[in-house]
Amino acid sequence: MNTVRVNGELEEVQAEPGTPLLYVLRDHLDLKGTRFGCGLSLCGSCMVLVDGQAVYSCDIPLWSAEGKDITTVEGLRDHPVTGALISEQAAQCGYCVSGIVVAAAELLRRNPDPTEAEVREGLDRNLCRCGSHNRIVRAVLAAARELR
Amino acid sequence: MTDLPPLLAANPRLSAWLRFLPDGAVGVHTGRVELGQGVITVMAQVAAEELDVDPPRIRMTPATTGFSPDEGYTAGSMSVQYGAAALRVACAEARGLYLDAAAREFGVDAARLTVSDGEIRAPDGRTTSYWELPELPETDVTGTYPLKSPSQYRIVGTSAPRLDLPDKVTGRPRYVHDLALPGQCYGQVVRPPSRGARLACFDENLATSVAGVVTVVRDGDFLAVIAERIETALHAAALLRESAEWEEHPALPDPEDLPGYLLSAPAETTVLASRGSAPAAFSHEAVYHRPYLAHASIGPSSATAVLTGQTAPGAEPGRLRVWSHSQGIYPLRAELARALGLDPENVTVTHSEGAGCYGHNGADDAAMDAALLARAVPGRPVQVTWSREEELGWAPFGTAGVARVAAETDEAGSVRAWHHEIWSNGHATRPGSVASVALLTASHREGGSPIDPAWEPPLALGGGSGRNAVPSYDFPSYEVVNHRLLEMPLRASSLRSLGAFLNVFAAESFLDELAEKAGRDPVEYRLSALGDPRARAVVSSAASRAGWGTPLTGSAGRGIGYARYKNTSAYCAVVAEVEAVSEIRVRRLTIAVDAGMVVNPDGAANQVEGGAVQATSWACKEQVRFDRYGVTSDTWETYPILRFSEVPAVDVELLPGDGNPSLGVGECAQGPVAAAIGNAICDALSVRVRTLPFSPENVAAALPD
Repeated sequence: MNTVRVNGELEEVQAEPGTPLLYVLRDHLDLKGTRFGCGLSLCGSCMVLVDGQAVYSCDIPLWSAEGKDITTVEGLRDHPVTGALISEQAAQCGYCVSGIVVAAAELLRRNPDPTEAEVREGLDRNLCRCGSHNRIVRAVLAAARELR
Repeated sequence: MTDLPPLLAANPRLSAWLRFLPDGAVGVHTGRVELGQGVITVMAQVAAEELDVDPPRIRMTPATTGFSPDEGYTAGSMSVQYGAAALRVACAEARGLYLDAAAREFGVDAARLTVSDGEIRAPDGRTTSYWELPELPETDVTGTYPLKSPSQYRIVGTSAPRLDLPDKVTGRPRYVHDLALPGQCYGQVVRPPSRGARLACFDENLATSVAGVVTVVRDGDFLAVIAERIETALHAAALLRESAEWEEHPALPDPEDLPGYLLSAPAETTVLASRGSAPAAFSHEAVYHRPYLAHASIGPSSATAVLTGQTAPGAEPGRLRVWSHSQGIYPLRAELARALGLDPENVTVTHSEGAGCYGHNGADDAAMDAALLARAVPGRPVQVTWSREEELGWAPFGTAGVARVAAETDEAGSVRAWHHEIWSNGHATRPGSVASVALLTASHREGGSPIDPAWEPPLALGGGSGRNAVPSYDFPSYEVVNHRLLEMPLRASSLRSLGAFLNVFAAESFLDELAEKAGRDPVEYRLSALGDPRARAVVSSAASRAGWGTPLTGSAGRGIGYARYKNTSAYCAVVAEVEAVSEIRVRRLTIAVDAGMVVNPDGAANQVEGGAVQATSWACKEQVRFDRYGVTSDTWETYPILRFSEVPAVDVELLPGDGNPSLGVGECAQGPVAAAIGNAICDALSVRVRTLPFSPENVAAALPD
């Protein structure tokens, strides 16, 4: 039995210690917001915050997440970036957006007043295929204004 | 009756389109499916408008076979053009029938009744509603009730927010991947290591000895494992993969000479279109090339299936239930039934949203995988989610192709005669469009046969390879010739805009070459050959908003591309501004679109903008890589796409609809964007790059020696 703290709640998980955190979240804890995209830490759709750092959950074994503070997209529903993405209609299929909410939350914590170029650079670890990039950037900048 | 939209004529039953629900809602069951393009929001707007109910009352029901109307495929930018047209008539009929019923109840003329949010009011103040009146009897739509005049629209034409986005942005379960049914287990397929590889042997025990593995399934060259948990299935599949031995042979053409292969492979040659008489020879000619492109959705294909009612192999056939992000639930149902020897009546396919869909991707194939595995564990749902490698390596591709364009010009340099010739695979291997079973795994099973080479739909249906090969300009004479390959080394099918991506890139690049030879401005050159005022308007508008003619500094350049998608759909002109330093960087795209009456302007702009960014990625970066055995570009490292910091600014202007019918916008920008970028590169570097993508290698190869 492993114990992880997800979105402020302590959760007990019966899974092999090597299980990727992504599947612990999605299938053991039923937090479907974290998405599988590539399994190779290359697309960002599985991003979560681990102790405040945006990381690829497809590449983190359960054992290494023990004792860490994990925040998923479900834990960021009240974050201004979530509302801004909806008001900007900043998605088409929306599949990449979970990871982008996470990446943007970390970006705005580190840099509360980013330039547009800094937002783009900050989101370069996240891929979007539908071409919603510019709307997403506008939403993150709007969220930054709201946070200040 | 003859005026019924075709989709209504095929699905006349009113209750197939909408039902009034007891809780004051209206269930709308369009056969159109949400692909990330926002179509359910648009359909809800259309229904609310025609019914005179407030939009929150509309409840969009996921499309399910046997329940929703059979609208074939949600594809080809046709949902608004055709699907909405049918839904509108059905809703007008329902409204009209209720007004008739209320008129009888109140003893007044139906024309004197008004409807507001479903409440029907008589002149004397008596009211009833859709939900208080007796339920409508089962009836067929007659099309006799008048449609609302667009001048009365208050919902259609507004930028209603997408209905599905709040769930998706907040991470609520909504995608097909999120389905978690009781007793569900997980399947993983071990794909062959190369095209045409035959499975010689493997060690099943390696997998079955892993705790949590349910079973291993082998059928010819199809090998898969089912486990209680996905992590177990992944682990066991890796063990099977390591143990498996395959007989391999080189089955693919030489990637170093793909154009040579395309030009020499056996092909069926057809004159697709012609006008006037062709000259004996052409004085201008150029050849353009595009590579294979991947759909490369961020979420891999996924499906869940369960077989019920079958207790033992060989017993009753049972009922198969499938959840899929397919673009066509009815064609998929028919194909699954055919592949598995089931009666289609015993197969139910429900649409469940997937990640972005840009054409015929692996959705149907994943449904087959899930269905085949579900047969091995009757009563238990099996979920199959493809790996990234499967998605980039095994889903159908947009085909590579060669286009040769030639022209004869007059003394002013204007085109007198035009010739456009294409060598490529076709763009249609969807279930139902080829004779073979069009599902990947079916071709790998024992006795399975390869998927037939892609078909060429007629130009009247938009064409495939021939799409937009007929000039969008008023040239006195032209001829379009297609060489459809009769073999298909890599499976090719419909990817956003089909042949229009290559054809518009080729034709619009060539027009710039002709304009340059004539010493004429590319915008003026185009306008001089465009009679259609709507075409002229998009070209002029994009050019003027992009500051056409104003100087650019340094290594920057500007170029234009134009097409009317399919020659019958939305008009689109794009001006690209690029910067050419160590690599091509697209700074800005200025786009003008005329799509007639737009139901949801922000949704349409979002589609055009997204299409333009995706086309920029295709044009600048993308190319499926392969060797003689298989596809090698099966991760994001080997198949890179445009990243945030590389995305250009995109400015989309929708020109006024002017009462013209709605035209689909989802694919109109693909070709014009590639052409505009190519023309801008030539403006910046004086180098004509005729081979996509505009990678540093291809730009360097185009430089004069």
